[in-house]
This record gives sequence, C-alpha cells and structure tokens, in this order.
Amino acid sequence: MADTPKIEISRRGFLKGAGITAATGVIESANAFARDAKGALHGAQTIGPDAQPIKLHINGHELAVSVEPRYTLAETLRDNLGLTGTKVVCDRGSCSACTVWIDKVPALACMTLAVDAVGREITTIEGLSHGDTMHSVQVAFVKHDAMQCGFCTPGMVMSCAALLERNPNPKLDDVKHAVSGNLCRCGTYPKVFAATLDVAQQRAQASGLVNLDTGTEA
Amino acid sequence: MNKFAFVDCKTVDQVLGQLGDGAMVKAGGIDLLDLMKEDIVSPPRLVNIRNVDSLRGITISTDGLHLGPLSTLSEIASHPEIQRSYSALADAAGHAATPQVRNMATLGGNIMQRPRCWYFRSSDFDCKKKGEGSDECHAHNGENQYHAIMNNSSCAMVHPSSTAVPLLGLGAQVELTSKRGKRMVAMSEFYVPPEKSVVNETVVRPGELITSIFVPAPEPGTRSAYQKYGEKESFDWPIADAGIVLVMDGARCRKASVVLGVAAPTPIRSKEAEAVLVGKTIDEGTARAAGKAAMLHATPLSQNGYKTQLFETAIYRTVLLAAGQMQRDQSAVG
Ligand SMILES: Cc1cc2nc3c(=O)[nH]c(=O)nc-3n(C[C@H](O)[C@H](O)[C@H](O)COP(=O)(O)OP(=O)(O)OC[C@H]3O[C@@H](n4cnc5c(N)ncnc54)[C@H](O)[C@@H]3O)c2cc1C
Repeated sequence: MADTPKIEISRRGFLKGAGITAATGVIESANAFARDAKGALHGAQTIGPDAQPIKLHINGHELAVSVEPRYTLAETLRDNLGLTGTKVVCDRGSCSACTVWIDKVPALACMTLAVDAVGREITTIEGLSHGDTMHSVQVAFVKHDAMQCGFCTPGMVMSCAALLERNPNPKLDDVKHAVSGNLCRCGTYPKVFAATLDVAQQRAQASGLVNLDTGTEA
Repeated sequence: MNKFAFVDCKTVDQVLGQLGDGAMVKAGGIDLLDLMKEDIVSPPRLVNIRNVDSLRGITISTDGLHLGPLSTLSEIASHPEIQRSYSALADAAGHAATPQVRNMATLGGNIMQRPRCWYFRSSDFDCKKKGEGSDECHAHNGENQYHAIMNNSSCAMVHPSSTAVPLLGLGAQVELTSKRGKRMVAMSEFYVPPEKSVVNETVVRPGELITSIFVPAPEPGTRSAYQKYGEKESFDWPIADAGIVLVMDGARCRKASVVLGVAAPTPIRSKEAEAVLVGKTIDEGTARAAGKAAMLHATPLSQNGYKTQLFETAIYRTVLLAAGQMQRDQSAVG
C-alpha cells in the first residue's frame, strides 16, 4: 500500500489507556458510519476513498481511528493503534498469523477491511491477558515451550483459546483441527497440542470435574 | 491495493442500486481482497453485502435446502441437517481452506471466486483470460503442475470452489437478482467453459447478485460424499476433488452424479463414470472402473499427468465412501 496510515494513537498512549479518550473526542462527531440507538445503519453508507474516521470496538474499548477503506484490520491494528501483537506474514489468508476474534470467532485480520470491522467485537492477543496476568493458554505455551521464533504464536494462541471457549474438553484431533490453518515453520505443533490439552485438563480439575480422556493417545 | 470507496448496504435494493461503473460486490472478501492486493482487479467501489440480513440464513423445507448466499462455509459444514441429508455439501464446505477462512468465506463468494492459475493471478503476466489483447496461455508451455487435465486446450485454469462440486452433483440452482428481476440458473449451466468464453467463468452478468442457492430435497435412497486431495494436509487448495451422489435401490445404483472439481477449467460431471455406475451393484470393481472411465479423455500437460491417477483414486474411494463401504480417506485433506 502506498501511503502510510495516519497515526491516531501512539503505542504508549494506547497501552496506558491515555490517548484513547483524547483521540476519540477529536473525531466523535465525524464518525463515518452513523448508527441509531439499536446499532442499525440507515441506508447505504459510503466511506472513502479518502481516510475517514471510524470507531472500532477492540478488546472492550471503543477506539477511534482514521483510515482509508483499503486498509486492512491487521494494518490498522498494527500501524494505527500500536497493537502489534497481531502479526502479518503472508497477508493473503494462507498462514493465519494475523488471527483475531471477530464477534468471538477466529478470523483473518489481513483479509478484513478495517471499515468492515465497524460494529463488530474485535479481540486481539492483547485482549486475552488481564493486565500483567497472562491468559491460561499463554501460560501453558510458556510452560510447554510451544514456540520457537514466536511469529505464529499470537495467532496460534488465538485459535487454541477460541477452541477452549467453545469446547472445554477437546481431544487431540480437535486441537489439530483448530490450528489446521495456523502455519508454524518451526514445527512447534506437538507442543501447541500439549499446551492446549494441558489447559483443558487443568480447568477441568479446577472445576472439580474428572478429565479422564485427554485424547493424547490418538 | 487501489483506493476505493466502500459502500455498506443493508438491503438488496441498495446493493443493486450501487452496482455498475466497475463496482464490485464484497461478501467475505477472501478472494476479492486477494485479487486487489495482486492488482488483478482494481474496482473504484466495493459494495459490501455482508450486512444485508435477507441474504443470510439456512432453511430446510420439504422441497429442499435454501441457502442464503452469505451462509459461511463454517455454518454449512456444522449444520446438522446438511450433514445428514446433503452430506457431500457439508463435507465440501468443511474441508475447504482453513478454519479462519471458513468462518469468513460465504457460499456466494465461494462459487464466484476467480479461478486458480498462477499466471492469471500474477500481474506480471498478460494472458487471454485477462482479456488484455494477449492470446497466450502460459500454462501450456510453462509451469502447469496444478492445472487442468481435461478441456484444457484453450485455457488450463482450474476453478477451485469445493462447494460447487456437490452443488453440481445435487442439482442445485442459483437465484440471480438484478434491477430487471430474478432468474434461476441450474448449477449445470452456471459455469462457462473457456471454449465458450475465456474471460467470464460464470453466466452471472454485470448488475446481477446471487440472492439464494437452492438444493432440491434428495430422492429417497440418496447417498452423497465429497473428498478433496491436496499437497498439504491442511490450508491447501484441492489438486483433485470428487463429489459423488448415488441414488440407491437396495444394493443397486439407480442414478449417479460423478463430479470432478479441479480436473477441468470448471467443475464437470463425468458421463463416462456415471454410465459405469448406473444399474450396477456398487463394489470395489465398479468404483475403480468409474474412476478409470472418468479419466478416459484426460489430456494432461507436461507436469500434471499425476493428477490423472489422483482423480482415479479420488473417484474410486469417494464412490465407496458415498455407498457406505469405505471410511473417509485419511489422506484426503482438511
Ligand atoms: C489458504 C486458502 C485456501 C483455500 N482453499 C480453498 C479450498 O480448498 N476450497 C475452496 O473452495 N476455496 C478455497 N479457498 C478460497 C476461499 O474459499 C474463497 O476465497 C472464498 O470462499 C470466497 O468467498 P468470499 O465470501 O470471501 O468471497 P469474496 O471475496 O467476497 O467474493 C468473491 C467473488 O464473488 C463475488 N460475489 C460474492 N458474493 C456474491 C453474490 N452474492 N452475488 C454475486 N457475486 C458475489 C465477488 O464480487 C467476488 O468477485 C482458499 C482460500 C485460501 C486463502
């Protein structure tokens, strides 16, 4: 893409939660997609081709950003919002390094336009942890050494954490299926499987359930 | 990617009002953004249909299955009634691409995606498919290991839509809506082979929108299956895929559809394979003979002769899978 997107929020500003309100305030009145109280759009709404302000709902915050329609969600997260945990590798939907959740479902940030993410609930790797407390899947990845170069790791974690949300008691084949789109060239898959199954087992034990079937024999 | 205006629509009328002047419909965006990133298409306006509620939804009635074109591949693959009565379609949707792509990709976009050919998809090459005055098909004398092995004399592209394979086998119909009204097109008429038009691969005209896909209720005794073979175990395109629909009368096969995915430039039925199956008891012998018959007229290029063998095996194993005589093939991808 030719032009550098306009930076609305600095990384540090975002991380401290400081810049958000300021930036939002500046462009509040010019939100490109006006929605009514129920969130419904009226009529066909045109945005662009030049940069226009939009609001994105990311990790529980409403963030304002000004982008051209051609900017992907991945570029917007990384370049405009400083959320560089989401990685871009192939930029064609083939490697899933850019996996985020859109309305709780794993999706590709590189093949989603930022303007098309308006009104949806975006969760990035930064949104999984609570402050300095890592998500249990992240903890298990560290424990099982489930990463090598680490570039696929955020996407991998997003896929595994989503699996556990919808299936708290996965078998090995379920984990394999869940990460079947995430390309890891270092070959960390066995440890990714072990880490994810470990979280499931720990959660089951913590909730007093007996988990006899970890599926690791398959 | 070029600069473009993004128009978010809520109704079909809004969408139809926005088409024209080079505007392109965007559904899941997986194929469209890929082509735009490669500068193969540069529309001045994207018409976003993803928020048009009337294009969503899967309903099953006595006459058959009605699929909104915005149904995602994940929704189709996980739908219990589609798994039960239209298994080949659930199989195809569930084995296409990756979980993330399946969560985003829509059925309308899947059957409308542009073909695979690395010369067509690279802006470094002009070719007759791009309609830019070039008369060349670079695949004929170039790198052609994944290209078509049948009907490939004009253009050797393949159309990789996994869902089109069972839709063709199950006799689906596509509803097209334009400002002038609606028309239904049978899946068997939907794709246009390169000998008829090298530039357009479907009958969809400018200004038309897919508004529904209908699959008639299967006759009693119908069994169907789909399997896809690729180079990698996951996140890969098919290099051979087969969709089989059998109407069984006890052990005897009364009707058969044998559909080949990426054998020819567009998905095709093999009359030769179907003739082998109809009227026979389905067993290992008839299934293998069907695979052989389907490849009778194969004309592989310099690097893709292996696909002939792969299709023979794909058809043989998928016929037996549909007939309930073989397990799903572990070497079939996804
Ligand atoms: C790594 C990878 C592997 C893949 N493997 C497979 C595979 O194995 N099998 C397979 O089938 N596919 C595969 N795909 C392709 C993917 O499934 C398609 O790109 C996707 O289904 C397109 O759907 P979409 O909704 O994103 O379409 P879009 O990109 O939004 O649209 C595609 C085209 O359809 C048109 N269109 C969309 N909806 C309509 C409508 N309602 N009416 C008229 N025109 C419309 C658009 O204008 C555009 O030209 C793979 C993709 C990737 C990235």
